[in-house]
Amino acid sequence: MADTICRTLRDGGLEGEHAPALTIKDSKASPFGFDVFNYVLTQLSNYILAGKSQSRGLVVVAYSRSPSFYVDLLKRRGIDIASSHDWIHILDCYTDPLGWKNWLIDKDISQEASSLSSFCQDVRNLDKLYSLIIEQGKGLIGQGKDRFSIAIDSVSEMVRHASISSVAGILSNLRSHDQVSSIFWLLHSDLHEIKFTSVLEYLSSMVASVEPFNQAAFGQRVDLENLSMLEQNFRKGKFHVRFKRRNGRVRVMCEEILVELAGIKFTPVLSEDEIINQRLLPKVQFNLQLSEEERNERAKVVLPFEHQGNGKPIQIYDGRRSLGENKEEALVSTGKLQPDEDSGKGQIIYFRDSDDEMPDSDEDPDDDLDI
Amino acid sequence: MENQNLNLLDRALGLDGPSEPWPLSGRVVLIEDCVETSGSFVLHQLVKRSLSPTSSNVIIFVAFANPFSHYDRILRKLGCNLVTQRDNKRFIFFDMLMLRCPDVDEGKSSEGGLVLLYEKILKTICGLPGDKKDYVTIMIDDISLVEVAANGGSDYVLDFLHYCHALTSEFDCSLITLNHEDIYSSMERPTLILQMEYLADILIKAEPLSTGLATDVHGQLTVLNKGTSHRLGRSGNKIHNFHYKVKENTVEYFYPGSRV
Repeated sequence: MADTICRTLRDGGLEGEHAPALTIKDSKASPFGFDVFNYVLTQLSNYILAGKSQSRGLVVVAYSRSPSFYVDLLKRRGIDIASSHDWIHILDCYTDPLGWKNWLIDKDISQEASSLSSFCQDVRNLDKLYSLIIEQGKGLIGQGKDRFSIAIDSVSEMVRHASISSVAGILSNLRSHDQVSSIFWLLHSDLHEIKFTSVLEYLSSMVASVEPFNQAAFGQRVDLENLSMLEQNFRKGKFHVRFKRRNGRVRVMCEEILVELAGIKFTPVLSEDEIINQRLLPKVQFNLQLSEEERNERAKVVLPFEHQGNGKPIQIYDGRRSLGENKEEALVSTGKLQPDEDSGKGQIIYFRDSDDEMPDSDEDPDDDLDI
Repeated sequence: MENQNLNLLDRALGLDGPSEPWPLSGRVVLIEDCVETSGSFVLHQLVKRSLSPTSSNVIIFVAFANPFSHYDRILRKLGCNLVTQRDNKRFIFFDMLMLRCPDVDEGKSSEGGLVLLYEKILKTICGLPGDKKDYVTIMIDDISLVEVAANGGSDYVLDFLHYCHALTSEFDCSLITLNHEDIYSSMERPTLILQMEYLADILIKAEPLSTGLATDVHGQLTVLNKGTSHRLGRSGNKIHNFHYKVKENTVEYFYPGSRV
């Protein structure tokens, strides 16, 4: 399913259509959004390099990590951009986003830009940022009708320096630019008002949210009981994706996330029964699970004293029956099993010890013992 | 690191491995505490470990909370002489007790003060000899007072922290900060502390036990070590939880129920 997202970004948008846009959303309880972002970034890079995507280039707007981080990340995934980077450009909004280094009295400490990345030293000016992104993108793809993709590693960082409306504006403009093939961004939902998250979700054609594996464990003081749930939350998560189709239909899909040494892994979600069984059953050497047949048989058993919910009044057997029924019991108490008319139906048959015995007797049955 | 009576906290932080490269290089550590359980002892422990004889670390200590004499007294009891380290240029102390950057005019904005503080840190790092430049640890005690110094401008504080974060990637230094979680607990959206938690690679939380007060146990520490990708590759996400007791000359760490 994460691959479905990557393929949608790879395929890009049709002529005259807005580019597909993905919001990756996470929160403190399950902070794997950045891992998902890196996964999508790597996949899209692979598609671009293989020539399989609509876009021919990628502009990474880096707010929360340095360009060298992305170089190392892609290198670890087998993509060496240090040596060949005519398809990717990193706009560095991380190293000096507010131009503080320009304020420094001693300018010897300034850094040099490389051909792979360029600085943005005023992230408050989103118009300037927009022009920079488009300029870098066009620089990658040349003059023709090709398109490029855009990745913004933290819209949460972007909105710290600009208003919600201007951020919405720049994202909308980027989406509707005819040379942009696809765009995706990361957002930490708990840092913002719901309004901002909603605005971004409306702008996106796909919303991927990372949620905690164990919802209940979050927010409580750590103790021995919730520690294991916290540990699980720290390695696993749930991944919900909402797709908005061209025809207006909305599709929701779900997967599980596992964060490992090598990166993030997506697995299909287990059904609830399987999950419960996996969690509650201890590992022993005998079979504690029921087969389908056994489950059906169990459902057929009519329990005594239980209201079957079929409209009949509850009949509680008090140990005494009419004469007619006594005869049947006598037959049964000799030890022969009465053949059931309905052999498929399970029953619980209760034999009273003696018909003389009154129910709810005050006598203590042990009174006759001589102790 | 050689056997220097490593405790559970050292192990949780990965300080039980080789001391070169320093396991906290390029990483951001956030210590969160509250009134009932102060987390300063974690900071002191990290100062002691960073200044151990087997490592080459240099600490830039930005102190808003206490004067030098306070840390000196405490670290002496832990077996570390800060005066000597200061003279050896391994412990560089920025006294920010006046809650403003020195050399700042009254007219300058809060942002200006933080820019100058950043510049001071950057210049200090660049002024170190070549072999020491790669082993810098920046410690800030504590962030809530930085906010006070910035007249409540938490945006400026976040900008300042961002630039410090950029230093960790530029110079491979570590950044260790302390903040008080309970100050922000009444806010609907405590942006500053949440942003810090997102920035942090390692989150150390000092909080009371869920069962309440106790005489033998002062609190519990939860160490969330995010296996963030950094230059040295990736390590898995790990969570550790144990109890502690702060004593006169040391701090004891132990697993729940393991003390006799």
